[in-house]
Amino acid sequence: MKRFAWNGITARYPALFALTLLILSLFINFLLQPNLFARDTLNSNMRVFLPLVILAAGQAVVILGGGIDISLGGIVSIVNTILATRVGLEGSPEAMWQYAAISLLVGILAGALNGFFVAYLRLQPIITTYATSFLFAGLALFILPNPGGGIPTSISELYRSSVPLGLPLAFYMIAVILLVWGYIRATRYGNFLFAVGGKAQAAYETAVPVTTIQFSTYVISGLMAAFSGIAITMLSGSGNAEIGSAMTLNSITAVVIGGTALSGGVGGVAGPMLGAITLGFLQNIISFADIDTWWETLAKASIIVAALATPGLINLIRRRRT
Amino acid sequence: MKRFTISPPMAALVLAIVLFLLSGLLPNSYGSDAKIAISQATNIARLAVFLGVIAAGQTLVVISGFEGIDLSAGSVVTLTAIVTYVYVNGADEKVFVALLLSLAVGALIGFLNGIGITFLKISPFVMTLGMSGVVTGIVIILNHGNVSGKVAPIMTRVIARPVSASIPIPGAIVIWIIFGILMWLLLERTSYGKYLFAIGVNRVTAKLSGVNVTGMNLLTYALAGALAGFGGFLLVGNTGVVLISLGQPYLFPSIAAVAVGGTLLSGGKGSYWGSMAGAILLTLMTSLLTTMQMPESVRRMVLGATLLVLISIYGRQRALRQ
Repeated sequence: MKRFAWNGITARYPALFALTLLILSLFINFLLQPNLFARDTLNSNMRVFLPLVILAAGQAVVILGGGIDISLGGIVSIVNTILATRVGLEGSPEAMWQYAAISLLVGILAGALNGFFVAYLRLQPIITTYATSFLFAGLALFILPNPGGGIPTSISELYRSSVPLGLPLAFYMIAVILLVWGYIRATRYGNFLFAVGGKAQAAYETAVPVTTIQFSTYVISGLMAAFSGIAITMLSGSGNAEIGSAMTLNSITAVVIGGTALSGGVGGVAGPMLGAITLGFLQNIISFADIDTWWETLAKASIIVAALATPGLINLIRRRRT
Repeated sequence: MKRFTISPPMAALVLAIVLFLLSGLLPNSYGSDAKIAISQATNIARLAVFLGVIAAGQTLVVISGFEGIDLSAGSVVTLTAIVTYVYVNGADEKVFVALLLSLAVGALIGFLNGIGITFLKISPFVMTLGMSGVVTGIVIILNHGNVSGKVAPIMTRVIARPVSASIPIPGAIVIWIIFGILMWLLLERTSYGKYLFAIGVNRVTAKLSGVNVTGMNLLTYALAGALAGFGGFLLVGNTGVVLISLGQPYLFPSIAAVAVGGTLLSGGKGSYWGSMAGAILLTLMTSLLTTMQMPESVRRMVLGATLLVLISIYGRQRALRQ
């Protein structure tokens, strides 16, 4: 009886685990940083988390559709290097928005390349996007071999300290993504997406355009990666070709924490976005816990592995009990 | 007319030879001097040894199927290289223990990968990528800025120097040939090899036929880790110095080498001879790009594009329409 209830709850609310973990990490964070909920602290945290939150949403769409995108970090890097080299520290805001639009196009193109290989040539998603991640990372390094460049300070200030109606800018962005997702989820496309991710063969037999749906998920994730790249550039204000490399695994971890199954077809986008915020707070704890700098990489990596392992661990314990 | 077919390992080898002959036309290459050409070819083969050994573990996990891959190989190489360097500290008599230590450390990390993949159901790509971060964290702690140690003279003599004055073949190549024969025996002449191909083709039928799939999976990842550890031991014997980024550059080529050799990335089919040929081809490509003074960015893009082309040839999956 108890098992039934637990199953029902986790199936209906896949974000529950992320939410529990979020509350826990918030609480520990609050102990370490008592002014956590002050407007400025909240804003300074959320603006750091936002790039990963956007990326996790993109990753979640691909994973829901039964794929995975390892090249997202590479796309983030490309966008960052394009903005940092083309706009420049002395650039005008108009140039910034112009190149931001171009970046979105680049993201869509990069995603379309992934989608072409995975959906139309039927290659394995993991290895294909791993190969393109090298392509993209190389391209980013080609555009900007050494860290440098930048965007106008006025633009990064706009991102860093806008608090419309007293709420951090990131909250509005997250709300927009959730609204768009809510709309997509209710359309026919949303149903198709879950069908393809659940069982592509069955979806094909019931006349779902499987190839088109798979292709579209990579285009969406590429676009989200471009948005994430714009956000992280506005946050850092400078260019670095390696900026996105660590974000790929983080985005996958956020999806796992968020209760969206890597096998596809189960979950949503809200959970992974919560997962990304949780991951941000967990890494915050490490920064605040006064750990020796030499140990920081290990601590952060261990948290990632622990987060990846937890859903499996819960499953294992649950199966043992019954 | 009989259709002309060529096996992937042969194709890779032929391509490597053609590429090497063509490279003679480059302005700063060997030109028409046969003696320099031979020494250059030997040198490339010697460099290919390290990639070849690291690709051995990769071959095993890829054959085992279920999207098997080991992304922790690069950081394991760095770790065991540092362990060897620090432990041996110039003493010949400690070399054998250092070798065992390298194998054990690698096997332990591989075993942990196996646990995560088999019991916690984390996808191999994500699990080993996460583990790679953890191992890098350990490397950073061990390294602490710089390590003091020394390679033993016997390691340099056996690995880096020619076998004897009359035989100008470096010891590493001899080690590799013996290693290759052992790998062939393991894959083709032991029950382990038979089971490995069986679980790679179909886990369910393998299990029903009495193969211990869980045990095989754990063993394979542990073996792959141990082989990467062996790679680190050999590599430090050749370079004589350790760097924090010693192993990482071998990771992507090791996967590409496996793919070049015709081992199916979806598992169940492949050979170590293929990976050896692939290692030679990829080492040649990298060294040619270096000779042509191509920057790191171009090298990455070429590697990424190579893998993309290869999987487009070998790795296409079944169409949905039967």
